[in-house]
Amino acid sequence: MYQYVAKRVLLVIPTLIGAAALVFILMRLIPGDICVVRLGSGGGSFDPRAVTQCHQDLGLDRPLIVQFLDFLWGIFTFNYGISMWSGKPVSMEILTRLPISLEIALLATAIAILIAVPLGTISALKQNTWLDVVVRTLAIGGIATPSFWLGIISILFVLDLTNAITGTPWMPPIDYVPIWQDPIRNLSMAFLPAITVGYRYAAVSMRMTRSAMLEVLREDYIRTARAKGLIEKLVINRHALKNALLPVVTVIGIEFAFLIGGLVVTEQVFNLNGIGRLFVQAVQNQDYTLTQALVMLTVVIFVFSNLIVHLCYAWLDPRIRFA
Amino acid sequence: MSTTVQGQPVAGSGITADEIELRRSFWHATLHFCRREPLGAFGMLIVIIMAVTGAFAELLAPYSPTANDFMTMTEAPSWAHWLGTDQFGRDLLSRIIYGARTALIVGLTSAIVGGFAGLVLGVASAYFGGALDLVFQRIFDIVMAFPLIIMALAMVAIFGTGVHNVIIAITIPLIPRCARVVRSSALAIREIPYVDAARACGFSHSRIILRHMVPNVMAPFLIMLTAFVGQAILAEASLSYLGLGVQEPTPAWGLMLQGGAEEYASTAPWIAIFPGLAIALTVFGVSLFGDALRDVLDPKLRER
Repeated sequence: MYQYVAKRVLLVIPTLIGAAALVFILMRLIPGDICVVRLGSGGGSFDPRAVTQCHQDLGLDRPLIVQFLDFLWGIFTFNYGISMWSGKPVSMEILTRLPISLEIALLATAIAILIAVPLGTISALKQNTWLDVVVRTLAIGGIATPSFWLGIISILFVLDLTNAITGTPWMPPIDYVPIWQDPIRNLSMAFLPAITVGYRYAAVSMRMTRSAMLEVLREDYIRTARAKGLIEKLVINRHALKNALLPVVTVIGIEFAFLIGGLVVTEQVFNLNGIGRLFVQAVQNQDYTLTQALVMLTVVIFVFSNLIVHLCYAWLDPRIRFA
Repeated sequence: MSTTVQGQPVAGSGITADEIELRRSFWHATLHFCRREPLGAFGMLIVIIMAVTGAFAELLAPYSPTANDFMTMTEAPSWAHWLGTDQFGRDLLSRIIYGARTALIVGLTSAIVGGFAGLVLGVASAYFGGALDLVFQRIFDIVMAFPLIIMALAMVAIFGTGVHNVIIAITIPLIPRCARVVRSSALAIREIPYVDAARACGFSHSRIILRHMVPNVMAPFLIMLTAFVGQAILAEASLSYLGLGVQEPTPAWGLMLQGGAEEYASTAPWIAIFPGLAIALTVFGVSLFGDALRDVLDPKLRER
């Protein structure tokens, strides 16, 4: 097991360095000199010496390889430089926005698992019945519905519903209050976005649960379990579900990283100041230091959630760790 | 049975007997598919309707998609404007019809270009193996570590906004996703003796790849391709919604949901409802079709 863990952890390093190199190259492909854009944003003319000074300040006059090593070192030491737009340290910008996004992501994951596993299992057990058709249609609907539209519609629904009941329309709050300070306010802010992002997530996991379950139910050991007179509940819970959940764990892990992508759009809809919105603002403001830090952050989250999936896999399935 | 010799033109028609056979088998396969997978056929129908709508937008749209009319701002659906008007008095139905064109151009182009690039890279990677495969694999790994929309946003930061750049931004992240799946299928095919036989016959690499390996990875490739069309349409809508994709005045569904849709959500909900419904319905159709295609093409699922 230790050998397996070590191998997996070591495999992370080249991917991270490669991704860092890609981000570094992409950011340097952006047309135009960052300093010229910065100095010229006022519209007036500027001193060419100011450009040289700016290059020196940002370290852009050094050789590319030195800049890259500096960028790599910054990643490991959590030093991402200064935001070109706000002038504040990038790590501070990210840290103040992270809790809200993280909370929505975790809540969405919980919602997704709670919906996906039972519904996917029922759908597989009742294959080709009306229940199966309903669940599958719901799942495809989840994949087809853009999360930002679902967000707009759910806000509209809440507005109309509260207006009809209380006479005054109510909107979920947009400012972040930690859950330990005011749990009701916190949850009323995070709940709708979490459902909006979680629906797609649930849909993907639901389809995976269903197809994994269908595959497992055809295995010989399920027939054996039934033949030896085990009650159906035990056959499903102990034998089928336990084996079917392996690919579901993978999907949940991989989709977690993609939640960040979903958040980019959803936070815009709900006007939430999370990292997704920060990302859009960074791209709009051509804030390259912030953009590259955020891209790197999503990659790190993706690579590590992948790592956790593989380790969970090994833990759940002894065949993998001894292979 | 006809008495024509194979490859010879059928009297008076100019079509060879082979072609007739091919056409007949195409329609036969389509009919068989519709019977076996009614839901998939329904999905296909939605996609066809959307494609026809987009292609003949000029004929179908009752108004110009960009004509402002300040006398009819945020009007509710009526006989004159079936789906109502937006905050600039533009007819929503016309904008949705023209939006179908944008969505399908971006969706199909990104999926097909990204898919084919992935197909070639994936098969080549599996066929040549060795160092080339190793390098490709690492590159795919790295690109796939970026969520699609994040990669697309980074690409938009480089290339800028607009339809062409959005297509590039969505195509690039799709390539490794396709290559990865195709490679794993192609690896299995490489082990089958006919590839060795082809090599022994002295066929060139490109001939073996294109004539012998590519046709055998078509099933997973087509399944991927349909999934890509849906993903690309959603990605374009998301980018346009964020203001980083297709730009005004080009009608695009995501763009229609930006700005006005939220602002007027409670007074003119149709502005927010219909464009989103168009996106959801199209991707729904593509997904239904893709699912059915998978059931038909994947032998593992055939017995279910």
